[in-house]
Amino acid sequence: MLVNPSHAVDPSKERHIELLSDPAHPVILETHDLKVFYGQKEALKDADLQFNEHEITALIGPSGSGKSTFLRSLNRMNDRVAKVTGEINYRGIDINQPDVDIYAMRRQIGMVFQRPNPFAKSIYENIAFALRQRGVTNRHELDDIVESSLKGAALWDQVKDDLNKSALSLSGGQAQRLCIARAIAVKPDILLLDEPASALDPVSTSQLENTLLELKRDYTIIIVTHNMQQASRISEYTAFFNMGRVLEYDTTTNIFTNPQIQITSDYVSGNFG
Amino acid sequence: MRRLFDDELEELDSDFTEMGLLVADRISAAVTAFTDRDTQLADRVINHDHEVNEREIALEQKSFEMIALYQPVTTDLREIVTILKAVSDLERAADHARNIAHAALKVTDKERIPELEALINQMGTKTTQMIRDVLTAYTSVDEDRAKQIAQIGQELDELNHDARNLSYEHMKSDPEFKTAASIYVNVAQDLDRIGDYVTNVCEWIIYLKSGRIVELD
Repeated sequence: MLVNPSHAVDPSKERHIELLSDPAHPVILETHDLKVFYGQKEALKDADLQFNEHEITALIGPSGSGKSTFLRSLNRMNDRVAKVTGEINYRGIDINQPDVDIYAMRRQIGMVFQRPNPFAKSIYENIAFALRQRGVTNRHELDDIVESSLKGAALWDQVKDDLNKSALSLSGGQAQRLCIARAIAVKPDILLLDEPASALDPVSTSQLENTLLELKRDYTIIIVTHNMQQASRISEYTAFFNMGRVLEYDTTTNIFTNPQIQITSDYVSGNFG
Repeated sequence: MRRLFDDELEELDSDFTEMGLLVADRISAAVTAFTDRDTQLADRVINHDHEVNEREIALEQKSFEMIALYQPVTTDLREIVTILKAVSDLERAADHARNIAHAALKVTDKERIPELEALINQMGTKTTQMIRDVLTAYTSVDEDRAKQIAQIGQELDELNHDARNLSYEHMKSDPEFKTAASIYVNVAQDLDRIGDYVTNVCEWIIYLKSGRIVELD
């Protein structure tokens, strides 16, 4: 069990932005008054955001705006370095509680980082390692999950004959897709991606974006990106962060065609600072 | 922060305004050629029509380049889209000015119908002023002014209706007027259509300001 049932969120406290109501894609994750403090510094102020199931949400904003801090808080990766207050409601359960089983939670909410970080093991072991840790020991079952994960990350065709090769021999784009395969091998609900294409060339970036568009059928994706075109190409919703606040949250179409706040318009137009 | 894009957009704006003023001059000249039966002026309007077409193509090419190179969004994108759409409307308005110039050549040896000429003159003054005003509304991104200008389009509709009725009355009363009256009907129709194109530009100004695509007629 992910959490003590006493932390189930009181439905009367739920707040939904009307704009985001979508019966086909119910809210799967939402934050209320989420604040993050690095020492005395409040790096994130009262973030209230909702994320719909099987949709891609882009988090954009200048460096230091709080978007990565927000993303990392969603699966409690800031716990050791920061004080995080407020609610993170995942399927009706507040996962920002001390007695939440963080490892169980992270099986549901996986993270892919900015730079590809494959283990110094074979391609196969990069995926099988975590599965073995979680008790999957049957070789056929492992083979099946490795194959389906690599297919899900659009890497299978390129590496199926080299599964025993070192993962460190892969190109940047392939290594990043391996990290995605590793993240989806444990069948999470939500994938968090922190600038996953920032170290990739345009072709690898395009392949990664296509992979994400495929993956959203099965996963909910939240992605931090500095690439405005990437946000506009792949996401349904976009949140604009600045100076630790979410200043605007709307459909990506609205953010990139008719934002309500001038500073959002300036930022997405490259007319900022 | 000033971007290279801003300089290019300013140049695009200025070229668009110049094209608009050129179209307004062409309409004014065509109507004068028609009512004054000035065939030399009519020839000049016809022979210089290609200038408007060339400006339209240049503005379109520049807009496509800017979209490809800068991938503009929000108000930047809306400004380029507005120009891209409005230049088409202006070019079509200029086509009608050319039609009026052709009508001026045809009407020279026909009977004059002073009441109809007065109506055509009135419509010509209104359409020319509409274009000049719409360029000012574009430059100042004035949504309210754009809506007011579009209302003049309805006045042109009514004047066109009056011109048609008057022409039919002349045709009925004296068959001699038949050819001349049909030319007057076509010119009034051309001016009415120009009003419709300017109304389209008004709609694009509203889009530029608000992001909403509306119908004003």
